[in-house]
Amino acid sequence: MNSKRYVARSTAIAARVLGDETMVMSAVSSTLFTLDEVATVIWESADGVTPLEDIVADKICTKFDVAPEVALRDAEKLVEGLAEHGLVVLADKPITESKISHGENR
Amino acid sequence: MSDLFQEMTAKALQLNIPLSAHLDLTYRCNERCVHCYLDHHDHGEMTTAEIKDLLDQMAEAGVFYLTISGGEIMMRRDFFEILEHARLRTFCIKLKTNGILIRKQEADRIKALGVESVQVSIYSHIPEVHDAITKLPGSLEQSIEAIRRLRAHGIQVTIANVLMVQNVRDYEGVRALAAELDAKFTMDPTITPMMDGGRDVLDLNVDEKTLRDVFRNQSLVMEDIEEVCAPPLGPGEEDMDQLPCSAGHTACYVSPYGDVYPCVQFPLPSGNVRHTKFADIWRDSPQLNEVRAITLGDLPSCSKCTHGATCSRCPGLAYMEGNMRGPSYQDCEKSFARTGIPSENLKARKATSLPRHSVQLVQIQGLQPAPRTMTNQVLESTQVSA
Repeated sequence: MNSKRYVARSTAIAARVLGDETMVMSAVSSTLFTLDEVATVIWESADGVTPLEDIVADKICTKFDVAPEVALRDAEKLVEGLAEHGLVVLADKPITESKISHGENR
Repeated sequence: MSDLFQEMTAKALQLNIPLSAHLDLTYRCNERCVHCYLDHHDHGEMTTAEIKDLLDQMAEAGVFYLTISGGEIMMRRDFFEILEHARLRTFCIKLKTNGILIRKQEADRIKALGVESVQVSIYSHIPEVHDAITKLPGSLEQSIEAIRRLRAHGIQVTIANVLMVQNVRDYEGVRALAAELDAKFTMDPTITPMMDGGRDVLDLNVDEKTLRDVFRNQSLVMEDIEEVCAPPLGPGEEDMDQLPCSAGHTACYVSPYGDVYPCVQFPLPSGNVRHTKFADIWRDSPQLNEVRAITLGDLPSCSKCTHGATCSRCPGLAYMEGNMRGPSYQDCEKSFARTGIPSENLKARKATSLPRHSVQLVQIQGLQPAPRTMTNQVLESTQVSA
């Protein structure tokens, strides 16, 4: 199986870019997270309609010296971790706004 | 305070980013608290459009933590429109309110908009005492009802208790009430001067014995009491570069009229967002840059005081006493209550026999007719975890 994966930022978060990092606060748990430079690129590209593999190919592999399969594997791990904390929504098809606001994973 | 929060604050300081901002939407209020420092008339509040534009500018400048306060925030009919816009700009939002206008519908919207926390002022667990302070009969019952509604929605609530002569025996009762309501509790033992410079309100401040009791109450002081109350060692050379607080460094305040100050408790007019972009004020304001340049070594009296490195000196209170590089008498009193050791300032005052609160008030040059404000600094720990 090689289905595409979509990732969208949850609306139940607070976030701000600080230099080359991003601060993200979960409104649910009031827990603060920081994303490093690479994670920030993925975070900013997580619009719910661009497949994760395209984000990795277009925004990560062109900017950072990393093999595509390694970058994709790390990106998958990252977004799954973010989803566990309710910071992003993951789906196997483009994500609608209602799904994002309810923080629903499919 | 979490390590991650401190790390982010240090980074914001290095990058000159206003990580935190306090925005008062209005000074109007449905309560008339005896200790309130505000003039409750509307002298030309920012419009909805102006506030939305300001929020856009603040987000662009890097503001992450946004405290929305007043006055009573719900007195603005456009409050939820403003809040919704702020959440679209992904601020981490704390609301300060008396809760009286928060009914089910309002609690639903606050929950839906993902507000991080709501702070409600409760002065006493005894209705007669609380209502006599707010001058609004039934206000304690209504505020408690609002807290229950918010908590039922899973919204984090902090009860803020301002200590004054009227409610001096009630803080334990309010703390128990907070526990019953599953709310956090903070307590502030400082009454600040009125926005018009009036200092009569300072007579509401509790006496030294009460302050001493507060500092020795383990349930109120989060740290080791012995350490907190230990006699100070005095500042060393390595302390001289110490910054006073976050005011003007990583934090600022904007009044309902668009005036920018280093802090809600530091009414040094530093610009107005109706005339100048927020980021330009933050970066270029001579007043903010002057505040930023001051370190402990620049404070003639405090740098030589035994409390210099450990005092909670508020530069805003010092400014209101006439000199932002001078001591703050109220903090001198707190340091004395905490440790039993008088500050250099207290010793000098005793020598000249000046009565309490007799300090000369600085003439504040407001950019608008009314908005000069200050608020209560609460003994609170930031609830942020990594």
